[in-house]
Amino acid sequence: MDAPLATNTADPLDSLLGAARTISHGAPIRDELVSDIYSRSRQICKLAVQYEDKKKLQSTYKLDKILTSKIWGYPIMFAILGVVFWITITGANVPSGWIADFFGVIEGYLTAGFQAVHAPAWLHGVLVLGFFRGTAWVISVMLPPMAIFFPVFALLENFGYLPRVAFNMDRLFKKSGGHGKQALTMSMGFGCNAAAILSTRIIESPRERMLAILTNNFVPCNGRWPTLILLSSLFMAAGVGAGLHSLATAGVVMGMVLFGIIVTLTVSWVLSKTALRGVPTHYTLELPPYRRPQIWKTILLSSRDKSLNVLTRAVVVAAPAGVITWILGNIFIGGDSILAHMAGFFEPFGHMIGLDGYIIMAFLLGLPANEIVLPILLMGYMSSGAMVDADGLDNIKDIFLQHGWTWLTALNMMLFSLLHYPCGTTLFNIYKETKSVKWTVLSAVIPLGIAIAVTFIVAQTARWLGWV
Amino acid sequence: MTTSSSLSLADASTGSYIRLERIEVQGVLRRRLLDLGFVPGNVIEVMQKSPLGDPTAFRVNNTTIALRIEESSLIFGYYEESDER
Amino acid sequence: MRPYTVALAGNPNTGKSTLFNTLTGLRQHTGNWAGKTVVSAEGEFIHEDTAFRMIDLPGTYSLYSNSADEEVARDYIIFEQPDVTIVVLDATSLERNLNLALQVLEMTSRVVVCINLMDEAKKLGIRVDTDQIERQLGVPVVAVSARNKTGIDTLLDKVAEIASGSHVPKPVPVIYNDDIEKKIAQLEPLIRQTLGDRFPARWVALRLLDEDESLISSLRAKLHEQPATEQKEEIRYGRTACH
Repeated sequence: MDAPLATNTADPLDSLLGAARTISHGAPIRDELVSDIYSRSRQICKLAVQYEDKKKLQSTYKLDKILTSKIWGYPIMFAILGVVFWITITGANVPSGWIADFFGVIEGYLTAGFQAVHAPAWLHGVLVLGFFRGTAWVISVMLPPMAIFFPVFALLENFGYLPRVAFNMDRLFKKSGGHGKQALTMSMGFGCNAAAILSTRIIESPRERMLAILTNNFVPCNGRWPTLILLSSLFMAAGVGAGLHSLATAGVVMGMVLFGIIVTLTVSWVLSKTALRGVPTHYTLELPPYRRPQIWKTILLSSRDKSLNVLTRAVVVAAPAGVITWILGNIFIGGDSILAHMAGFFEPFGHMIGLDGYIIMAFLLGLPANEIVLPILLMGYMSSGAMVDADGLDNIKDIFLQHGWTWLTALNMMLFSLLHYPCGTTLFNIYKETKSVKWTVLSAVIPLGIAIAVTFIVAQTARWLGWV
Repeated sequence: MTTSSSLSLADASTGSYIRLERIEVQGVLRRRLLDLGFVPGNVIEVMQKSPLGDPTAFRVNNTTIALRIEESSLIFGYYEESDER
Repeated sequence: MRPYTVALAGNPNTGKSTLFNTLTGLRQHTGNWAGKTVVSAEGEFIHEDTAFRMIDLPGTYSLYSNSADEEVARDYIIFEQPDVTIVVLDATSLERNLNLALQVLEMTSRVVVCINLMDEAKKLGIRVDTDQIERQLGVPVVAVSARNKTGIDTLLDKVAEIASGSHVPKPVPVIYNDDIEKKIAQLEPLIRQTLGDRFPARWVALRLLDEDESLISSLRAKLHEQPATEQKEEIRYGRTACH
């Protein structure tokens, strides 16, 4: 910015500035300026604004007295989070089944069509079993929970609750060396980490913004919800009676989120003591008045926007991944598919951290989008080498059990999903925002290291204690 | 109107009103605070503390602004019976 | 004919994005927290056969360049010189919001003040006399409720009048204390000599007296006809910042 312009001598601005300095005698005038502007504002308001009833003005702080109170602040925050998850999980089950059935019928027609024109088997495999199933899976598993989660979250956001979360949690972030507004960018991460990276621009200090960027990944995004929800529903909440099942699932998912927050705070703390040293910067947080959101408009708008988003992503990312996975699973070398060879290669490492070779493969191939990790995994497990239909959760659980899954595999898969590197889009955004290869690489390596360490410790401890 | 000796916003009790006297914060934050209405002469209501004890919310010009103790302990004023409006 | 440019300025969280969406038909996501709009948006609309291009500036509490956002907003108003600047005010906290409006009025007279969230204010029992504010400020003041789409037509009529030049507002300047006014009076003629009428001399005088370094470097870049380099958004973590 300050590159000297050698050709310019006697800059007219410098002489103006000089004159200004002489005139002002170096006395600061900012305070007086602002004071005078404010007195003018007050003067105008006295003339033009009337408060009919001061009591009415209190409605927002009456609510704040409860929502940010010492006793109720945290319980209410967790309750709201839990309710959001519960609504999402319960509400998504039925439409998910419908959509999967619908795609199943279409697939039947497609297959019949391919047979009618005597299309070669590989073409049917690539297009229908790879491309079509990949897309269908993502849509039927992703769309319903997102179409519920996003509107509910948008309602909370438009109501004005998020700044209260930041207010409640500020002390924790301060202690961990982060910025209070990190709570806001974290909340954005529930929707999409890639978008949340952009929202870190609200943090002015570069150091604290970097902390927010590096730790945003520990908040599960829409691509990882289905993995968390599905696995906790199948394995963690399995023993619970039918009526309480979705409640237990929501409880487990919430436990994961809380663990993610703990990791966020810990990593921020470690980084702010090491690579990103510095004191927390000063800040002011505005708590806007609560506003009743326009319920239907918010619901329609956010489900429309998000649905569109999921659909686009499904076609752009999941479909090609489906094709690639199909190809890898159907080209055989020495009796085994390439996919099986690769899984075999990762097996020892996978076992060490309580997973298996296929899971590691799925996470690697799933780098472009977390949505496709689970479909790829299922496809790898299936001998047919194509992604399965999502017809029935028991079916999916059987596939897992046949491949030697235990509660530990499920737990570690959830932990790995929660903690591992961010998706390709997010990494790209991190690079765009930081313009630094080093920090972009670190933003993938740090979470990966933590994911490996945590799953390793969990797996070894569980085995040592003889729990598995 | 009762006036008393000056105290910092951090020491003021919740629910009280403070007429600002001086701000000892420096730099960018000082200017930001001025922009938000933390100007000498203005009356601020001390609203409520965060569940963990810090930050504290203040009512200034009909808006609610939360400040950490690092800042609020550097803003001084004296008790005022109520908002003058 | 090129479309008139309209800049949208205002405090964070005053419903700027909602107003922008209403006018341009675009769909930025809105949320109830300060700083929600992180990427400034552009859109177009047509009002009575006239085309307008609208720029949603970052929401700021002031234009004294305390942050990158404020610099972006300030530079746009002062260097791009939009045909009209709409200042969006939150009817429920006018005192603080007027602070920004008064600052904008020092930079340009082509301003329409738009008081948003009138419905919220009514609910809270706040009555706002817009005619009085108009008299006090010297520029058109329109009350709207962006989300209920009331008052929008009146707002656009005023914007069109100012854009076409059929109405030239005369803002009432803020009078500072004698000491500052004396200093402004000394500096203003010097500024006119050096910079001509390109920039509002009184405002530049105030900024110089305030030793606004960021404005001075922006001005310098502008004067040397080096197009002001794009605001860098990369993160330089090495610098200990204190925002």
